[in-house]
Amino acid sequence: MSGHLKSLLGWVDERFPLTANWKAHLSEYYAPKNFNFWYFFGSLALLVLVLQIVTGIFLVMHFKPDASLNAAGVPVAFASVEYIMRDVPWGWLIRYMHSTGASAFFIVVYMHMFRGMLYGSYRKPRELVWIFGMLIFLCLMAEAFFGYLLPWGQMSYWGAQVIVNLFSAIPFVGPDLSLWIRGDYVVGDATLNRFFAFHVIAVPLVLLGLVAAHILALHEVGSNNPDGIEIKKKKNAQGIPLDGIPFHPYYTVKDIVGVVVFLMVFTVIVFFTPEVGGYFLEYNNFFPANPLQTPPHIAPVWYFTPFYSILRAVTYPLFGIDAKFWGVVAMGASTLIFAFLPWLDRSPVKSIRYRGPIYKTFLAAFVICFFILGYLGVLPPTPARTLVSQICSVIYFAFFLLMPVYSRIDKCKPEPDRVTSSSHGVHK
Amino acid sequence: MSSDEKVDCGRRRLLVATAAMGGLGGVAAAVPFVASMLPSERAKSAGAPVEVDISKLASGQMMTVEWRGKPVWIINRTKEQLASLQTTDSKVSDPHSEKKMQPDYCKNETRSLKPEILVAVGICTHLGCSPSEKFKTGAESGVAPDWAGGFVCPCHGSTFDMAGRVYKSKPAPDNLEIPPHMYLGDTRIVIGEDKNGGTA
Repeated sequence: MSGHLKSLLGWVDERFPLTANWKAHLSEYYAPKNFNFWYFFGSLALLVLVLQIVTGIFLVMHFKPDASLNAAGVPVAFASVEYIMRDVPWGWLIRYMHSTGASAFFIVVYMHMFRGMLYGSYRKPRELVWIFGMLIFLCLMAEAFFGYLLPWGQMSYWGAQVIVNLFSAIPFVGPDLSLWIRGDYVVGDATLNRFFAFHVIAVPLVLLGLVAAHILALHEVGSNNPDGIEIKKKKNAQGIPLDGIPFHPYYTVKDIVGVVVFLMVFTVIVFFTPEVGGYFLEYNNFFPANPLQTPPHIAPVWYFTPFYSILRAVTYPLFGIDAKFWGVVAMGASTLIFAFLPWLDRSPVKSIRYRGPIYKTFLAAFVICFFILGYLGVLPPTPARTLVSQICSVIYFAFFLLMPVYSRIDKCKPEPDRVTSSSHGVHK
Repeated sequence: MSSDEKVDCGRRRLLVATAAMGGLGGVAAAVPFVASMLPSERAKSAGAPVEVDISKLASGQMMTVEWRGKPVWIINRTKEQLASLQTTDSKVSDPHSEKKMQPDYCKNETRSLKPEILVAVGICTHLGCSPSEKFKTGAESGVAPDWAGGFVCPCHGSTFDMAGRVYKSKPAPDNLEIPPHMYLGDTRIVIGEDKNGGTA
């Protein structure tokens, strides 16, 4: 670095901890050297977040959150999305990046969460990292839900109608609560405008704060790794973990490989198949919202369908309260229960590599049920499908609720002292 | 503060009282923001009754009109459809319309003012989708081999009979809502108003 730049950096460092933060979070943040494939998804989630914010800003320049009908009898919001797609230069690209980014966000985050479950990344001392992550997940679902109303298509409208009505199932306050959320007796212009405010301002602000907290908490305790052992237990004379390597340049460079591969897949979807067969963009959403007619088959976007199936699986009343309320409770519980993993898991080891057969079986059953529930959620209900989703819901919850028992009695292998493999080929 | 210094209880109380007042002020400041999300005066006043001419509604036909932004169905039921209500009596969860989902003048076997004309809000009582009409009976309907005709909600599979009564063990908790309505003469219905107590 030239003398001038160095003295400028010195001037800044006396006034702002620039070098100190660079070191604490990048050049002297020691991450375990054995990160594998599953560790790409954290940085990819950050990439998609940036992508969504940037594309979102440019979409807001042309989008109009207005449910009234224009001269041609089309809702203004719906027409403004068509305008972006047809008339705004490169508008189609920006919008497809944003819509594909929404699904990509969930793919990346689900993989990131599954990584945590594979290697016990939620275990002590990383409980808060995990909880901040779960709050990010909830925010992400809220963000996706609010954003989905904006194009004001048939799926936007009826999806919002169903989800807002979920709140009316809460005893006593429910109906007033859903009225307050909608701001009108039906989903309408008031709803569209407030969802726009939540989607572009409120939730992103909270999301950014939570992401900062997630990373700060992670850097306080240090990253877990595929062996699920603490690298901080074995340090050299300088106090640097023996199995740790500086995040920058080692993992910044490694993550670039992940980014390149991710962008290859992402751009193929954006350019060649942005609808992904109706899974990323549903066909019914190419029709403007019609409050008088629900499409013959409605389903949420794929990333909500596992939880939606659990909602539909509850068909029996309990304790004198409707099945509707218990369906909502089950759906809410299915998203919140992840947050309790740090305390449900009583295994002596963290990583799947040293876990016994019971945990592996339960985790496999959970993943299979998650996929089946997700698949059933896009299909119309039949008695047989409802039964399958009921069975899968039971297994889904059993994975969590029985964990304190089976994780304790499971036959685990002994953990090693040092990490056992290295993605850099430098074996100890 | 070193341990031998005494806490000034008066100042501590003042601190607590100030913090409490500040917190109260914060809560009070949230009231206008929370209240601003309630339905506006304009939204509240936009609930005018709707007048409908049903002279062209043939037997077995259904029409949909908009009232307060919701679909309201008017169905001219056939004799067979009315007869089917007896067979569904044992299959629906509230056969005698005990729950208050209709005005008192529609708390009867057909849930209507005139036996054949059903006026119902076409919004499922589960999560607010609009059910689809499945008037064909039996296996032809694609619903069930013993289907008696009615409505199926596309969202979560709740089923309703020809009087909008929900079948047992379905996600929807209640029968379809019957809106307040009245007849102006033989073929004109006003939806959203029932001045003469529903005397048809």
